[in-house]
Amino acid sequence: MGFFERLLKIDRRIIFTFIAVAIALPLFFNVSMYVETTSEVVGIFSAVDSLSPGSKVLISFDYDPGSMPELQPMAESFLRHCFSRDLKVILMGLWPQGPLQANWALDVILNDPDIKVKNLKYGVDYVNLGYTAGNEVVIQRMGSDIHAAFPVDYYGTSLDEIPLMRGVRNFNNIDFVYNLSAGYPGTMEWVQFAADRFHARLGAGNTAVQAPLMYPYLGKKQLVGILGGMKGAAEYEVLAQRPARAVRYMFGQGISHAVVIFFVIIGNLAFFATRKKKES
Amino acid sequence: MRREVPLLICAIVGFTLIIVYFVPHPPFSDMRDLFSDWFSVIAAFAIYLGILNLLKNSVDKVFRKRSGWGFSIVIIAGFVLFVFIGLYEGSDFGEIGTRYYWLYDRIYFPLMATMFAILAFFIGSASYRAFRARNVEATVLLLAAFFVMLGRVPIGYYLTSWLPEGWRMGDVANAIMTYPQMAGQRAVMIGIALGIVSTSLRIILGIERTFLGGE
Amino acid sequence: MHPSPDIGIWIGGLLTLGIFSFLYGDNPYYKFCEALFVGVSAGHWFITLFWTVFIPKLLGNIGIAIHTFRTEGFAAGMSDYMHWSYIFGGILGFLMILRLFPKIGWISRWSLAFVVGTTAGYYFINYLVSNGLMQIQKTILPLTSVGNIILVVGTFCGLIYFFFSKEHKGAFGGLARVGIWFLMITFGASFGYTVMSRMSLLIGRMDYIFGIWLGMIR
Repeated sequence: MGFFERLLKIDRRIIFTFIAVAIALPLFFNVSMYVETTSEVVGIFSAVDSLSPGSKVLISFDYDPGSMPELQPMAESFLRHCFSRDLKVILMGLWPQGPLQANWALDVILNDPDIKVKNLKYGVDYVNLGYTAGNEVVIQRMGSDIHAAFPVDYYGTSLDEIPLMRGVRNFNNIDFVYNLSAGYPGTMEWVQFAADRFHARLGAGNTAVQAPLMYPYLGKKQLVGILGGMKGAAEYEVLAQRPARAVRYMFGQGISHAVVIFFVIIGNLAFFATRKKKES
Repeated sequence: MRREVPLLICAIVGFTLIIVYFVPHPPFSDMRDLFSDWFSVIAAFAIYLGILNLLKNSVDKVFRKRSGWGFSIVIIAGFVLFVFIGLYEGSDFGEIGTRYYWLYDRIYFPLMATMFAILAFFIGSASYRAFRARNVEATVLLLAAFFVMLGRVPIGYYLTSWLPEGWRMGDVANAIMTYPQMAGQRAVMIGIALGIVSTSLRIILGIERTFLGGE
Repeated sequence: MHPSPDIGIWIGGLLTLGIFSFLYGDNPYYKFCEALFVGVSAGHWFITLFWTVFIPKLLGNIGIAIHTFRTEGFAAGMSDYMHWSYIFGGILGFLMILRLFPKIGWISRWSLAFVVGTTAGYYFINYLVSNGLMQIQKTILPLTSVGNIILVVGTFCGLIYFFFSKEHKGAFGGLARVGIWFLMITFGASFGYTVMSRMSLLIGRMDYIFGIWLGMIR
């Protein structure tokens, strides 16, 4: 068996080891990388920047821990941006894990020294509506009456008793909707109901797997911008001038991409070399 | 009763939700809200159906001592642990610092996150074994992937930072995503939309009845 | 190296390694973690639905309806009567559960029909408007730039490729072939993004193992 034949039949566990090393090793080095920003991310950042203090922002956490490394940094940097601009934040989830992810992000941001000094109050500055079953039908119900879709918040308090929610009946009372999505229900459903039916201003943060599928929606009417994967999260951190986890992970992300490209090249070289040999 | 009633329910609900888009006023808007509220409750029951089915199968497996019955005990134990602590904590179960949150953070989160993370190894292996430039189409696919993979990370920027702005790896990736990729996605999106629209109409009109099952 | 003193982090770390052990081959350690994952997932769904739908929505609304009837009787307003409607939702939901009993399982078709009808009704409009008409509208662009030309030609040729009622021959076949190239670029970009996504998730886990658990990363 020649070199290339042996290369093609390499044990997959050797490839796994390469990937593990390529991912783990960069974490030990504190390398600061330059992150280019794209118009899709700038679109969301500018939309939030243009909101006046006191405006209401709805964030839907439609993901679970499986997508946390990509979407949690997006949630944290977006929340920090909202609170630093004194916006009122309404959190919810169409996935049952969503409200817990929201609490996780809140815990990080509310303990940030810059935000802590604002002494934000639950029910006045932010609220977690929790989860309710029904997928996209929930968004439709929110369009007619949020209080019917969520009679109580995540902790069982009636929405009528929460000061922040008193004047909020439907999407007309919400200035910006931000959806963090890892699949169904997610951005597509928010576009179809919130943006197209109720004309809400919508931005989204997606896992990289899902992001390309949402590109056709980009534009003022449907989706003002999109954060795609960890790179999108890193861009937002750069725009907010608060580089955090996503920016730190960019070195490892780059190395891992380089390793995959290396595998593709080696795999193709071996494939063509053995094919030529077989033909001759 | 077994076929006619479901078909009638499906037609009434489906037509109402189509009409209400064009006539968003009572009584149609009230019916839509009513249906939405019911849908939420039914969806919850449907998920409970799935959970009960899982438990039924697991208990059955344990009692009959079928192969892997020990793992069925683990399924039941995991379920009981979360339900017991969740009920004990009350409606505040999801608050930071509760016992339930601790379980979510220390058991559910690592298990689920790793389940998805493991795919990185398989996609790396697949790239090595299956990603071949066998013909023109496959080469186009490969090149697009190459530019996007490098253009979306800082390494791509460092490799091509000597090029004039607009020609760097990031710019090429941006151009691919904004034009040909978007065109392809849009064609797929419109194609799927036409399929879903026609299937929905067939279901509402009662032509498509496979959801009713056999008999 | 400063391993975490938190026992919970150690449990999380060991469970992470358990799932990763599948990379070497199927084994009881992995199977234990997998079974635990299934069980706790079901438990989480159960509890979340219990506290967010069954208590506040179903019982809450029926409770309001009973309370209103007791205090106001038949003098209550129309919106108060709407709370009673949740009983129908509850009944339809309960019928769904009957699927577990083969003899009377057929009755669950009523609630299934409701779910299918609702989904079909919404999908018919949503996909027609958001994914069909609005996308066509967004594609009708002035052919004044290279980008716009690529968008129009790519979408059109991609759709031609999906039209199977006519044989892909001659000029039609040529356009379909251009469509294939656009679709290949689309799939290539999607592959690139998928690699990006999967690697990000693994970075998160490695950071957990070496950073949070073992304390090897500053």
